Amino acid sequence: MTTPDSGTAPVAAPPDPMWPEPFEVRQVARETGDTFTLTLVPKVGSQPHPFAPGQFNMLYVFGVGEVPISISGDPDRPELLVHTIRAVGATTRALQKLKRGDQVGVRGPFGTRWPVDQAHGQDIVLVAGGIGLAPIRPVVYHVLRHRALYGRVVLLYGARTPHDILYARELRDWRGRFDAEVEVTVDRATIEWQGGVGVVTKLIQRSPFDPSSAVAMICGPEVMIRFASLALEKRGMTTASIHVSMERNMKCAVGLCGHCQLGPHFVCKDGPVFRYERIEPLFGLREV
Amino acid sequence: MQPGDSVVIERVVLDALLAALRERGYETVGPTVREGAIVYDEIRATSDLPAGWTDEQEGGHYRLRRDDREALFGYAVGPHSWRRYLEPPSLVRWRGRRVDGGFEDDLTPGPPPRYAFVGVRPCELAALLVKDRILLGDPGADPDYRSRRESAFLVAVNCGSPAGTCFCVSMGTGPRFGPGFDLGLTELVDDARHDFVLQVGTARGAAVVEGLPHRPAEPADLTAAEAVLREAEGRMGRSLETEGLKERLERSYENPHWDEVAKRCLSCGNCTMVCPTCFCSTVEDSTDLPGTRAERRRIWDSCFSIEFSYVHGGSVRTSAGARYRQWITHKLATWHDQFGVSGCVGCGRCITWCPVGIDITAEARAIGGPAEAAGSRP
Repeated sequence: MTTPDSGTAPVAAPPDPMWPEPFEVRQVARETGDTFTLTLVPKVGSQPHPFAPGQFNMLYVFGVGEVPISISGDPDRPELLVHTIRAVGATTRALQKLKRGDQVGVRGPFGTRWPVDQAHGQDIVLVAGGIGLAPIRPVVYHVLRHRALYGRVVLLYGARTPHDILYARELRDWRGRFDAEVEVTVDRATIEWQGGVGVVTKLIQRSPFDPSSAVAMICGPEVMIRFASLALEKRGMTTASIHVSMERNMKCAVGLCGHCQLGPHFVCKDGPVFRYERIEPLFGLREV
Repeated sequence: MQPGDSVVIERVVLDALLAALRERGYETVGPTVREGAIVYDEIRATSDLPAGWTDEQEGGHYRLRRDDREALFGYAVGPHSWRRYLEPPSLVRWRGRRVDGGFEDDLTPGPPPRYAFVGVRPCELAALLVKDRILLGDPGADPDYRSRRESAFLVAVNCGSPAGTCFCVSMGTGPRFGPGFDLGLTELVDDARHDFVLQVGTARGAAVVEGLPHRPAEPADLTAAEAVLREAEGRMGRSLETEGLKERLERSYENPHWDEVAKRCLSCGNCTMVCPTCFCSTVEDSTDLPGTRAERRRIWDSCFSIEFSYVHGGSVRTSAGARYRQWITHKLATWHDQFGVSGCVGCGRCITWCPVGIDITAEARAIGGPAEAAGSRP
């Protein structure tokens, strides 16, 4: 190639969304048998990454790979990036093995947020299944911190077994408050389990919230989202006031790689949080 | 000379045009014959162009034939599209180096390549504009595409030789080019003449032409060029009814015809590899053997692979029918929601290069066609 024309030399490149920024591991804490919570702080010289409840980051382990993980920390403490992760593949297992002081690459935050600002003055109904409690936790932190801005606050959580209950200590704390209704149920009880047994969607029918003035946020397996929404609609809520967090394969996180498509939506940028009425037609269709 | 002007250049002047572009620092890329197909590669002179070749295309069928007119652009499109230059199939997006306890960037960005694409067909020009909507929509999202695209010089060539799988007329993308080119050619070749009507599209295009021998285009030249295009319009091998197609596809998620397509579809992904608008890619992280240097590459991917829709615990689209549905529904329906245009420009490559000849126009008719009332439900 010959020399380019003068005046067309590349200008300073804008920050590239594909470049991971190094963060330092503050803590790796075991949650359940296969889940753990990773707390990251910006490396000296790196900026904190403020986030909104519902958003996710791409976490990169040097030379191993990158995975999308929702942020499960407190949005009012952006200096700590907290992610609760299930160790299921090469990258998440590598994340599990990290020690304090190790580094993780971070890209993000990406995606849409839970409607905590639009829900002022209304009842908050949070429905979570399994590890789906992790993306809901920032909402709990936010709502409890700004408690006076909201009506009744209900958290309904279902896990497979008592051993799979995430954030058990915090759940107990939240349950002990007089200004929040927290219900936990399991699919299969163990001998020492004193709580309820059954699917989380069953808890919706007798939950103390006002369907005419409530905002629901659901995160869990798609089948659970579907039945939870049906139960909420049966209580009189509309699909416009129900919000759900969706999961698809996120690779680039900026809507360019095509992997996370759900019908016309790119889950990475049009989601992961959707108003349910927008995506309801796609629920129940197979393999979309 | 200014944008909008038309002149006539002799066939030999095309060599001077290539030389002028190279002098300006462009790598000139265009059609050339290799391994029995017309592909894109570096061309240094018109002798590298497929003079006297034409192509024969049908579902799952592509052959080159001699054509004694000795036209330089007497064929439709081959398996390559310009995508391979603007979004290379495998591209380094980031490099890092291990340092104690962590890693740091290890980037040595070189100057972006500057290409002059010679022989951009109208359907491909339309595809580039579709790609711009996707990859330039969010400023900064894809800096590599931006720099390649912004420096690319486009020499479009009107299409006088549509193939049996072409349907650009249905998609409104050809055979005559729309806006977006720097220079636009129409090849005029018969017993009496072999020259080109050249339309100037941009000021930088005009600057190149001013240095070349040319004469003003006479009405007779423009009439001759128009005749070539009128004739090409009548030779479309395929057609696609686009009116209401998006809505019909959106209603057809549960159509049993998807299972019928799945019996033929090999899920090979050829259609996505030859498509000029397909943009799906994956991000691949790797290291060198000692594990001290890591690299992140963007690699072309296809929605026809099972891994494409993998989320922890399994893939969303495990059946071939669901993957074909994703592809055609994306191209012809949800693309409109996402980018405001169709994802199909009617180039016909997916039909030609499908090993079993699955035809997007036929499947769109079978699934979402006007007669869908009969076929949408069992």
